[in-house]
Amino acid sequence: MADSSKALTTAEDREAKQRLSEAQSKYGRGKGIPAKSAKGKKLRANLKAVESKHKDAVLKAKDAEILLEHDPGFLEPEGELERTYNVRQDEIRDSVGLETAKKGFELRLNDMGPYRMDYTRNGRNLLLAGRKGHVATMDWRDGKLGCELQLNETVRDARWLHNNQFFAVAQKKYVYIYDHNGVELHCLNKHVEPLFLEFLPYHFLLASAQMSGYLKYTDTSIGQTVAELPTRLGRPTSLCQNPWNAILHVGHQNGTVTLWSPNSQTALVKALVHRGPVRSMAIDRQGRYMVSTGQDQKMSVWDIRMYREVHSYSCYQPGASISISDRGLTAVGWGTQVSVWRGLFDAAQADQGKVQSPYMAWGGDGQRIENMRWCPFEDVLGVGHDQGFASLIVPGAGEPNFDSLEANPYENVKQRQEHEVHSLLTKLQPEMISLDPSIIGKLDTVSDQKQREQRNPDQRPEDPIEKLKNRGRGRNSALRKYLRKKGRGNVIDEKRVKAETLRKEHAARYREKQKQEREDLGPALARFAKKGP
Amino acid sequence: MKIKALSRPTASQQAPGSTTVRQSRNLDPTQHPFERAREYTRALNAVKMERLFAAPFLAQMGNGHVDGVYTMAKDPGSLERFASGSGDGVVKVWDLTLQDEVWNTQGHENMVKGLCWTPERKLLSCASDKTVKLWDPYNSTPESPPLATYLGSSAFTGISHHRDHSSFAASSSVISIYDLSRPSSTPSQTLHWPTSVDTITSVAFNQTETSILASTAIDRSVIMYDLRTSSPVHKLTLRLASNTVSWNPMEAFNFAVANEDHNAYIFDMRKTDRALNVLKDHVAAVMDVEFSPTGEELVTASYDRTVRLWSRNHGHSRDCYHTTRMQRVFSAKFTPDNKYLLSGSDDGNVRLWRTNASDRSGIKSARQRAKLEYDHALIKRYGHMPEIRRIKRQRHLPRTVKKAGEIKRDEVAAIKRREDNVRKHTKKSELKPRQNEREKIILAREQ
Repeated sequence: MADSSKALTTAEDREAKQRLSEAQSKYGRGKGIPAKSAKGKKLRANLKAVESKHKDAVLKAKDAEILLEHDPGFLEPEGELERTYNVRQDEIRDSVGLETAKKGFELRLNDMGPYRMDYTRNGRNLLLAGRKGHVATMDWRDGKLGCELQLNETVRDARWLHNNQFFAVAQKKYVYIYDHNGVELHCLNKHVEPLFLEFLPYHFLLASAQMSGYLKYTDTSIGQTVAELPTRLGRPTSLCQNPWNAILHVGHQNGTVTLWSPNSQTALVKALVHRGPVRSMAIDRQGRYMVSTGQDQKMSVWDIRMYREVHSYSCYQPGASISISDRGLTAVGWGTQVSVWRGLFDAAQADQGKVQSPYMAWGGDGQRIENMRWCPFEDVLGVGHDQGFASLIVPGAGEPNFDSLEANPYENVKQRQEHEVHSLLTKLQPEMISLDPSIIGKLDTVSDQKQREQRNPDQRPEDPIEKLKNRGRGRNSALRKYLRKKGRGNVIDEKRVKAETLRKEHAARYREKQKQEREDLGPALARFAKKGP
Repeated sequence: MKIKALSRPTASQQAPGSTTVRQSRNLDPTQHPFERAREYTRALNAVKMERLFAAPFLAQMGNGHVDGVYTMAKDPGSLERFASGSGDGVVKVWDLTLQDEVWNTQGHENMVKGLCWTPERKLLSCASDKTVKLWDPYNSTPESPPLATYLGSSAFTGISHHRDHSSFAASSSVISIYDLSRPSSTPSQTLHWPTSVDTITSVAFNQTETSILASTAIDRSVIMYDLRTSSPVHKLTLRLASNTVSWNPMEAFNFAVANEDHNAYIFDMRKTDRALNVLKDHVAAVMDVEFSPTGEELVTASYDRTVRLWSRNHGHSRDCYHTTRMQRVFSAKFTPDNKYLLSGSDDGNVRLWRTNASDRSGIKSARQRAKLEYDHALIKRYGHMPEIRRIKRQRHLPRTVKKAGEIKRDEVAAIKRREDNVRKHTKKSELKPRQNEREKIILAREQ
């Protein structure tokens, strides 16, 4: 009897433990603080309370999953001989519901291509920009045209800003901002000859990579230039943002990718990714992996937490465009073809071999792919090519359950306005951009150490010269190096004097030693004494 | 081939014919990038809003007194009545909701030094004219004479009523215990430390251990008495004299003293070899200190014309209240609901302040309350961040106080530097260990 009850409790315990670990892996924010390690009683109690609160929150978040009402789409072969990449768009359109089938369509725009395109953050509006100056916005689900512009000027890129009210277009000379009616609002004449545009929605920063190699950031909420960063690597070949930490990745002609934040005039990281110009890059939404294609007909998957290539895939042609969906599907456009890969990151994470075949394929009809983007919260891939635009249905691509406080595909005007105000109130400052986005709010242990040292009254300041005194001898001694590097200039202060006298002492001691040695060797052998310091 | 693509009918977001839109949530962290940074920004906004809405001063009571207000006492049986005594011998009773006086009397011929209410809602006042008078502000007209008068041998300085018995203690050079139930106008017992002769400045009964009595005196001592043995129990001598003593109503063994050395100290009655906390921020003598009804906070009134609010376990004040017309503050009290402060100062006014400067007393909607709570939690969570801490702590101070603070800081630093220099040039064998800031002030302890 006792035995069985014990077994029961352990089974329950195991279940509870498993439930907690599942919840932790999805909703946990890293390792907890070991409360036992705290010395103070009060601190320990506080930590314990905080930890139990976190645990509770994690479990509740896990339990709230029951409220998620939509399931992701899928495409599954039923027999062994079926292949998902053989499925054509018309087959998909036939087998999904009417409403969903309407999402797959094509726009023939033969004259003004090739087209670049962009979706708003909630995926409701579409922006098309043809190279020869045709810019159009539309509510693509309803098929309603928003505005249409003929700019009569080269258009290299176009981007929505924080919502569907404004968009930026990189034109021949400058970047222009238009509103939803197509009225030109601003001309950003600091952005000269822009090639690519990126918008950081949480920071309200519009970044452009210029023909001259400069990367420029403009705050679109206050209109100020935030940073102008020279890449010094010539004309950039691609630009993309890491949605997890708002770092910009710039691809260059020589195959390097540089990582930029507006806070540093030099690149944070420089990585050689390809043996030729980097044609395009994309980063998954958790900021773990970067997929890039280069002129060397390779597609490489990089782990950007370790800056290490995990896999490299061959393409038949250089991939012109790449995009990663919310659920980790990677679309690559090469030549006239689009292939969609699934499980690239799972394979990389599990340290398995490469993925053998793509998940889906499209194209081959002579339409050269220019640009691709996944529509957020939909199973839709937008493809901009030289003959217009195609909207493809890719089952399993989109995040099924959106958070309407983050981005709401069904928002009404009031909600959009409120969301705009809220997002402006919580606008992040450009100084907050760093490789680790969770660094904010962490304790600054380094300066704490310094402060402690200052506060300690018995602490003597560290004397740099005292440290150098007994380190190394000869021409490259630490002391001489110090004098060479720090002791230059016309300033003669206490430190300098101290260092000089020390050096003189050293020299004198050495001379003395030499003299002694010469005497020891005698007049005949004195010339064999060691020379020089 | 099994095919399913996402499809969300619009009706699932908004039912046809209805105007309410569903808010769907997904707590997956991958959908919420920059959560730390955004939360920090929200905390920054919250702390800015808090400072934006800070308006601590509410009102002054009626027309105040003609002379300075040197003592105040709140009626323990009421949320709105309290009494104040002034330098010209006038005692007034105020109503908080009316913000005006309801009763007054020219009670004494000299400065009123102490006031206290009895459980029967009678008012006791003691003054420098060597009398203690018992009044009935609730049932009598201002002109009526006192119910009783008790005489002493020297000027009275403080008064405190026993929690249960109908007796009170009044301090002069000794502590005299009077019994209200007896007709006699002389003390039933007197208490004093055998060797001390100096004036006792304040006296306070412990409200839990009801026969314990604490007093402060000009000879720098803080003395505990026990009524059961009718003898002094413990004497603590500090570096400088203390002005007032106040018991913690929740942790009844802790008490705070307002000291002449610009600090207030919290002690544990059971273990007085070190202070529990040193409250440092004033730049002149602290004249009055009181624990809040929750026992979590303190208020001090100072000669530097400011009132400061403290948390029990922080060494620096959480807020500082002042106005251009407020002169030296001699008395500060919490109202019994913990929401407001009262201050009585040399300029004769009794002022009413908010305990939390950005608090508003109106009825709040549930959303508003939730928002305030969330903001509060955010500020607490990110309070260690330099920018937030700076905004939270920044206060505009009168120039004199600021200047005095700077001078004081320099002087303290100079003293410290001198000590350090002495230490630096002393042999290690002769070096005394550094004295803890909380132990430094205690000169002697006697049982």
